[in-house]
Amino acid sequence: MQNKVITTTNLTKQFGDFTAVDHISFEVNKGEIFGFLGANGAGKTTAIKMLCGLSNPTSGEATIAGCDIYKETEKIKQRIGYMSQKFSLYEDLTVIENIRFFAGIYGLTDQEIKEKGNALIENLGMQDSMHKMVGSLPLGWKQKMAFSVAVLHEPQIVFLDEPTGGVDPVTRRQFWDLIYNASDRGITVFVTTHYMDEAEYCNRVSMMVDGRIAALDTPDQLKSYYNATSMDEVFFELARGAKRGE
Amino acid sequence: MFRDPKTLLLLFGMPIAQILLFGFALTNEIKDSKIVVIDYAQDNASKNIIHKLSANPAFDLAESHFNAEQIENAFQKGTIKLAVIFPANFEHNLLHSSNSQIQIIADASDPNTASTLSNYASAIIQDYQLSQLQQQGMATTPLNIDTQIRMIYNPELKGATNYVPGVMALVLLLVSVLMTSVSIVREKELGTMEILLVSPVSPLMVIISKAIPYFALSIFNLTIILMLSYFLLELPIAGSLVLLYAASSLLILTGLALGLLISNSTDSQQTAMLISLMGMLIPTILFSGFMFPIENMPWPLQIISNVVPSKWYYIIVKDVMIKGLGFSSVWKEMLILTSMAIALLLISLKKYKIRLV
Amino acid sequence: MTYDVTLQNITKTYEKGAIKAVKNVSLQIEKGELFGLIGPDGAGKTSIFRILTTLLLPDEGMANVNGLDVVSDYKEIRKRVGYMPGKFSLYQDLSVEENLKFFATLFDTTIEENYDIIKDIYVQIEPFKTRAAGQLSGGMKQKLALCCAMIHRPSVLFLDEPTTGVDSVSRKEFWNMLKKLKAQGITILVSTPYMDEATLCERIALIQEGEIMSVDTPQNIIDQYPMPLYKVKSDKMSLLLKDLRTLSYVTSAMSFGEFHHITFNSKTDESAQLLEDLKHHEKLECLPTRATVEDCFIHLMQNNVHAE
Repeated sequence: MQNKVITTTNLTKQFGDFTAVDHISFEVNKGEIFGFLGANGAGKTTAIKMLCGLSNPTSGEATIAGCDIYKETEKIKQRIGYMSQKFSLYEDLTVIENIRFFAGIYGLTDQEIKEKGNALIENLGMQDSMHKMVGSLPLGWKQKMAFSVAVLHEPQIVFLDEPTGGVDPVTRRQFWDLIYNASDRGITVFVTTHYMDEAEYCNRVSMMVDGRIAALDTPDQLKSYYNATSMDEVFFELARGAKRGE
Repeated sequence: MFRDPKTLLLLFGMPIAQILLFGFALTNEIKDSKIVVIDYAQDNASKNIIHKLSANPAFDLAESHFNAEQIENAFQKGTIKLAVIFPANFEHNLLHSSNSQIQIIADASDPNTASTLSNYASAIIQDYQLSQLQQQGMATTPLNIDTQIRMIYNPELKGATNYVPGVMALVLLLVSVLMTSVSIVREKELGTMEILLVSPVSPLMVIISKAIPYFALSIFNLTIILMLSYFLLELPIAGSLVLLYAASSLLILTGLALGLLISNSTDSQQTAMLISLMGMLIPTILFSGFMFPIENMPWPLQIISNVVPSKWYYIIVKDVMIKGLGFSSVWKEMLILTSMAIALLLISLKKYKIRLV
Repeated sequence: MTYDVTLQNITKTYEKGAIKAVKNVSLQIEKGELFGLIGPDGAGKTSIFRILTTLLLPDEGMANVNGLDVVSDYKEIRKRVGYMPGKFSLYQDLSVEENLKFFATLFDTTIEENYDIIKDIYVQIEPFKTRAAGQLSGGMKQKLALCCAMIHRPSVLFLDEPTTGVDSVSRKEFWNMLKKLKAQGITILVSTPYMDEATLCERIALIQEGEIMSVDTPQNIIDQYPMPLYKVKSDKMSLLLKDLRTLSYVTSAMSFGEFHHITFNSKTDESAQLLEDLKHHEKLECLPTRATVEDCFIHLMQNNVHAE
């Protein structure tokens, strides 16, 4: 049990008579890179919001980083990191100010902020830009920095919502190097993406269709099960059956 | 915060401006109101009272030999707020029959000012009466000055006469400025503006098609306000409806032009809304004269008030609706409002961007 | 050869020259071509589109659409082009049909008049024509937007990142629609950050930081990849990537889906050596492979960086 950082049982979210997330049950292991895929409107965003403690489920159980999803949402927030394509950092603060700010929110001590902040900047090779406004940085840098900031407090799980959208191919790979590093340190990575090659980088992938998890396995197993040569085909095969939204 | 000079200005500029405005410039207190005295008596008693009136800081007194018609005229033009009339034989009546009359006429289209001024005047007269009593002792029969107050234009002193025109100015301006600016900026936010630009439709058409519904809506609004004030507040509309609608149309046009100008220089609905509110609501409340009498403001503010379109509209509406005056009395204000509308429309059309950025 | 769209040394800067969005870009696009502008966010794609659709003035250079100058003949161009901006989201509170009608009126035409051109796409959303556009799914919005951009039978269609944020199923459908439109002889310019969509275009321009790195057919661009490319796989991909990077004879190692793509320093095949050196990996394989457009993009990008 120690190994499971996310456990959900029949987690459901209803908006009126619309069931956005329909009895999803799955487990994610410590240090795993877990791909959370699905077509637009399949219910991914709603599910992530519940897992991050931002929205209360209608029914079902879930434990995130050892905390109950209903009663301990504040604790959950301390133990996870979150980054999305849209929200990343404060554009009108400098690199170092952003680091201090977010580290401060998560209760890091001044000493820790200093050490980790310096390590982060060195790691990303941003020594020359640390006093620049984040708004003036190229998108790829912002995204890499946003990720590094999201894992600065060594959360148990980091949720990434389409972190690499629109990023150039080189930066996209550097971004995945960061993800691998975090995973090696034991941080569980929960990631959504529209790039199907990125689905291959995940340890396990779940596919959401119409609010339910239609498939969940390693990329290799999924490909052999659906007799597909790539994750793209697997995705196509599954999402084609979707009824919702159309 | 310090990297955002606009927010900084807003945060620190606002309280300073407000304190200065409300503390010094804008007061409900009445000072130097133009009143006129017509003294048919020309005796000691009347002179005594006139002297007391002129000594009061609330009044700026002018003695004249107006006849009834001239008084009427002065009231219509708004040059006087109050008239005090002593009948012939004022002192004689007072001393011999212990009973005399003074007539006070007040312009009650602004009921607050009218009642304050007439109260001041009656108090001064009372005061005089009292001092006379003390001089003569209690022996004689008490002197009695009968103060007859006539509130013209609004004999029942309905507050509505003051705020209905004010509300009209506010609503019309707000709807036209706010809706126009927000609706155009919304197209920018949604990205539909790009499509509209990359289409053969001329910018003028876009503007006109935006403006017409809001124009119609504003006219509809105006009708509702007038009906409410007529039926519910029982406020009669003394003057010409046509003139009233014409003046309102001018104000709406001015508002549409302003809204267009605002939408040109902003990219978010919030900013457009903020500018519209700050730029319209506050000046209208402060400078149109319906909350704070403009005559009592320091001269710099009086000058500023001249560029506020709602001030002129407010004057027109009061004259037409309450006093029942015709075009010949308000043509000057109408002309000013027309030129404002035309100038703003021209500027906003000229500044309307046919491309992005 | 007739060109429908040309750019000559176009430069566009923002914030008084501080930000160079487009640097000296020249391009020619043929009549009836399906042309892709491929590059990440911030590469200058949107600026180029806005210049061509007369929404922005270039700082330097000339551009023509349909033989018309984008600066002086902007009114005429606006009658002839169809444009779907990146963040375009239609009128959310109008229904599908009302949106389409509105755009038809805007271009002084009717749905009936040009129904044939949008028919293939419109039939897919017609069952929902009374639904508000805001209530549509991402894929359907995109179809409606395309219909709206096409309703006046434009001679050139500009689609700025039509597939961004859209799932891969809807993306595939969208590209099929574009192929059909192309068959009707419409010149189509489309931009995308997804490299895998490049092969669906007839010709592409790879763009990065405001500069065009290469313009050609996807096939030619792939053929121009200068080195033999190998794909490597084992059961521990993350570790494999690190190990590959320690090998002195490996020039570059990049993850590409289920494989890592690598190139060797010399043109000779070192895969035997590699299999030997990394034999501690289970299920290790190393096979020659064909480059993808993404490989080419990365190669060009890194060479550009070195050149600076």
